[in-house]
Amino acid sequence: MFSLSRKDLAALAVFAAVVLTMPIWLAPFGAAYPGLMQKFAIYAIFAIGFNILFGLTGYLSFGHAAFLGVGSYTTVWSFKLLSMDIGPAMLFAIIVSGVFALLIGYFSLRRTGIYFSILTLAFAQMSYSLAYSVLTPITNGETGLLLARDDPRHLDALFGAQATAAGLPQPTLFGMSVTGYTGFYLCAVILIIAFYLSQKIFASPFGMALRGIKSNQTRMNYTGFNTRPYMLAAFVISGMFAGLAGALLSITDPLAGAERMKWTESGNVVLMTILGGVGTLFGPVIGAWLIKYFENIFSAINTNMLNGLFSFLPDGVQTFVVTVLSKFVGEGWHLTLGLMFVLIVVFLPGGLVEGFHRLMVRLKRQKATPDGVTSVQPAE
Amino acid sequence: MIEATPNIILHAADVHKNFGGLRALSDIDLQIEEGKTHAIIGPNGAGKSTLLNVIIGRIPPSSGAVVFDGTVLTGKAPHEINQLGISRVFQTPEIFPDLPVLHNVMAPAFARRDGAFRVNLLRSIDSERQIRQEAEDILDDIGLHGRRGDHAGSLSRGDKRRLELAMCLIQRPRLLLLDEPTAGMSRHDTNTTIELLRKIKSSGMTKVIIEHDMHVVFSLADRISVLAQGRIIASGLPQEIKEDPRVQQAYLGGSVQ
Ligand SMILES: Nc1ncnc2c1ncn2[C@@H]1O[C@H](COP(=O)(O)OP(=O)(O)OP(=O)(O)O)[C@@H](O)[C@H]1O
Ligand SMILES: [Mg+2]
Repeated sequence: MFSLSRKDLAALAVFAAVVLTMPIWLAPFGAAYPGLMQKFAIYAIFAIGFNILFGLTGYLSFGHAAFLGVGSYTTVWSFKLLSMDIGPAMLFAIIVSGVFALLIGYFSLRRTGIYFSILTLAFAQMSYSLAYSVLTPITNGETGLLLARDDPRHLDALFGAQATAAGLPQPTLFGMSVTGYTGFYLCAVILIIAFYLSQKIFASPFGMALRGIKSNQTRMNYTGFNTRPYMLAAFVISGMFAGLAGALLSITDPLAGAERMKWTESGNVVLMTILGGVGTLFGPVIGAWLIKYFENIFSAINTNMLNGLFSFLPDGVQTFVVTVLSKFVGEGWHLTLGLMFVLIVVFLPGGLVEGFHRLMVRLKRQKATPDGVTSVQPAE
Repeated sequence: MIEATPNIILHAADVHKNFGGLRALSDIDLQIEEGKTHAIIGPNGAGKSTLLNVIIGRIPPSSGAVVFDGTVLTGKAPHEINQLGISRVFQTPEIFPDLPVLHNVMAPAFARRDGAFRVNLLRSIDSERQIRQEAEDILDDIGLHGRRGDHAGSLSRGDKRRLELAMCLIQRPRLLLLDEPTAGMSRHDTNTTIELLRKIKSSGMTKVIIEHDMHVVFSLADRISVLAQGRIIASGLPQEIKEDPRVQQAYLGGSVQ
């Protein structure tokens, strides 16, 4: 029931090891601090969920940031009204974003292709605008939704667990604070669970039906599948993953703002998935990490650091190299990312995962193993 | 009132279909007997595929209705019609090009077992031993077992056709509709397919087959209907059709061999 194939189990073990050892292997890249690693984990969850829709069914949503936002707002409201414990907060975030996805999906899925994408974009932009206008009682508009000392927190009050310390209350897990490394490991464990869930979906008959829809929807219908509810289920599941990611954003930093629902956020998760490899298990995670790395580390590199790095070069050459490179770092990180994206889409349409596969095939061929046995390899 | 008589499994009653000004089907009254193989022949553009499209709900008839075993099909969604036990091989193969050949055959088996919609996350495709075994057996019968791991899109046209036939057969439909199942196949593959269709004939499955290849028609059909310009101009036993002068006139250009 909870079992995985041997291949998937190995993948899960490798994945868990990679995620849990982030503080070690990210250190040489200057990214091994909890705040950033948390983001790596959270956006990977977002992308994994997005990939269940886009990767398996081929339906491209341009509005998934809406669910990220809904998850965030729900979480902060759960902190305010119920409890500072993150359990109920995550649970409600998943449920509420699921309901949202059900509504948006129900209407958007009446169309396919570009019209579907536009509808999701329209819904997300609508949510974004409403958060600044009519919905300010819920979202607190531009200030964003914040915690306050005198929030009711009914559940906490019931159990007499009202925080007495000075300052704002902090999110907790069974009374344990979730800041710093605890926060990172919390997100890491949830990411591993999310990866496992996506493995289960990929390997299930449900996942196969979604791939069938991507491959040939006509055949699916004439084969007896009612494709509409399959699509809706995929949409809701991926919306729930996004809601969970939104919850974690608010858990590690207890506030929620509408900018999380902006279309650039929706676009980012599309980039992450395509960069890493659409429809693969690892692709979205790799894409998410890469983009977050560029956004946070590459963008922080400045001319002084470059000068330091190339100080061994003769003066004139050093100035030249630094001038050229400085266009690609710091504020220019978008340029690097954009170039990388274009190169990958043109030369590796399957993303970095495809690049990796090609490399492996080439290496194998060099070893020249004579092997004529074909085995069944489910499409990834 | 349209009523299915005891051993008539499919009845297209008074079906008309116009595409704009074009009368693709007029006055069609077709009865298919249960367990029989019924061939529909006719020149290009006669309306043969359109008739199948009306039956499986791909296009609505302009008037008239199709009844399958007492159930009116007209107005039902394609997946509902399939769930009643009707599978179809298309004139241009409709397969899942991005899925492995084995999964192409397993997917229809899931639709048969689990119905039109079921979220089943607990079991994996690999742990569905029974369905996998069934799929492998059918691929064996059809001669595609060696290619079960390849993407279906990489198959030749003839192989895609055979794959599509396998996808329909695994559903064990009560009524199998075949639109030129051997077109584009080599002589050898055509004969294998005829053999396979013969074999399932004994299992009691009803088949409607559209075919241009007279060798195939006369080796399989129990009954033949001839369609020309959207009308059924003759219907009867193979021998009768062979000798019918109207048929020779309209379709066969004078002689049937
Ligand atoms: N969807 C459609 N829209 C408009 N006209 C159509 C449509 N489908 C078929 N037709 C027309 O209806 C007529 C019958 O077509 P149909 O495909 O049923 O012929 P057929 O007997 O299957 O021919 P063939 O042997 O070439 O497959 C043709 O003139 C065709 O152009
Ligand atoms: Mg035709």
